[in-house]
Amino acid sequence: MFEARSIPQFPAVGALALRFAPLWPLSLAGQRLTDRLGKRHPALFSRLGDQADKVFLIDPTDLPCVFVMRPRPERPQFSAHRRDEEVGWDARIAGPLAALIGLVHGAYDGDALFFSRDLAIEGDTAAVVALRNAIDNEELDLVREATALLGPLAALATPPAQKLASLIGAVSGAPLTRVATGRFE
Amino acid sequence: MTKARKLELVCPAGTPAALRSAVEAGAHAIYCGFNDETNARNFPGLNFSRDEMAEGIAFAHRHDAKVLVAINTFPRAGAFGLWSKAVDDAHRFGADAVILADLGLLDYAAGRPGLRLHLSVQAAAANADAISVYAKSFGVRRVVLPRVLTVQEIAAINRDIDVETEVFVFGGLCVMAEGRCALSSYATGKSPNMNGACSPASHVEYRAEGAALVSRLGGFAIHRVGAKDPAPYPTLCKGSFRVGDYQGHVFEDPVSLDAAALIPQLAEAGVTALKIEGRQRSRAYTTAVVKEFRAAVDAHAAGRPIAASALRELTEGQRTTAGAYRKAWR
Repeated sequence: MFEARSIPQFPAVGALALRFAPLWPLSLAGQRLTDRLGKRHPALFSRLGDQADKVFLIDPTDLPCVFVMRPRPERPQFSAHRRDEEVGWDARIAGPLAALIGLVHGAYDGDALFFSRDLAIEGDTAAVVALRNAIDNEELDLVREATALLGPLAALATPPAQKLASLIGAVSGAPLTRVATGRFE
Repeated sequence: MTKARKLELVCPAGTPAALRSAVEAGAHAIYCGFNDETNARNFPGLNFSRDEMAEGIAFAHRHDAKVLVAINTFPRAGAFGLWSKAVDDAHRFGADAVILADLGLLDYAAGRPGLRLHLSVQAAAANADAISVYAKSFGVRRVVLPRVLTVQEIAAINRDIDVETEVFVFGGLCVMAEGRCALSSYATGKSPNMNGACSPASHVEYRAEGAALVSRLGGFAIHRVGAKDPAPYPTLCKGSFRVGDYQGHVFEDPVSLDAAALIPQLAEAGVTALKIEGRQRSRAYTTAVVKEFRAAVDAHAAGRPIAASALRELTEGQRTTAGAYRKAWR
């Protein structure tokens, strides 16, 4: 059964640590992951059409920082910012980090999270809808995408990384790996 | 309980990933559309390119599922070629049927040998005589009935026609007879029936105003809810308005259809196929709803009782109804 309201919050102690940690490693890692997504999933950006020019504010409400994404096919950009920092955006998508990851992994339905108020959107609704549809179609697994950054070592690193993510996900309730029925895979 | 005739489960797919999810979850047939205004879910980032449609049909056929291509908007004057090309491409890719509403397009598709025609709910054919005209004139083999009929009325129609009927069993509801609603076009300038989107996302805005969340369509505020209420739906028909001393949902409450419990009665009424609404929804929605309804259809066919639905969290208003199938006000 679908349970929109069972979304776990990011651990408070982790959020507190992030408040004092520098954000440049997050920006760097996020940018590299975004570049990689652009290469491995070109349809993700082409499906956005005109909406790829928009600036998206990804706002994990249980973290002390926000992310800015410009999904332009030729040069996608990603950066992390403090909450009190002034950043311009066209569309804002806000919710617990686990909800945002769960949307990417196909664990949650965006409309259901929105109607239940677990997810909030502001600004350009067409851009949000396009991004939601483009991401949903790519069937992404963020762990697999992250380990792909390791190049030739990816084949070795992916299985244990996915096992670890599944384990943490099982304990925390956060959907840290892609949902798949596996019938035809 | 004895075994019953198995009903066909027709499921939505807005993306190739959702199509694969629907097939994996047990859909007998999937309906989907091209990424343009030829179908009634013309939303940003949604639908299928020509290559994706060809691949999607091939995937479904490999797994014994059908693909029905919705080309169910009404062609704009001077732009018929966009719609006729959609029919030709669906035919060429091996679609199991095309779902059409426009008379001219039905006439065009009727001339394509071997192409099965279904009448879209957008045509709003709600009585046996109208359906028979479509069947005799164009060879329509199945009719998707509007969501305004009772189970008894559906049974009466099925007694008098020679074609299959398909009815909605889950998802968003329209207050209007489909294909005849122009409500959102007054606020947006876009026709749901020609441009393919009721309340297009480009005209929808949500804004937090203090503790309230306000939804706007084309700049008009149409609903305002408190912090603990479900988010408001962005269509005028489900907005909340003040009329005289009354304030509330003037046209329709924001509830969704769930007719799982009525599957035995719908089968008894002669229905061939059950349709799930929601091509604009995610693959998580598709998987959950298709699994639930496939289990219900299988249970009915095997003569077992149908389990209570567990899908309320996935509905638009977080509330469900049996809709017109049970008109309690009559």
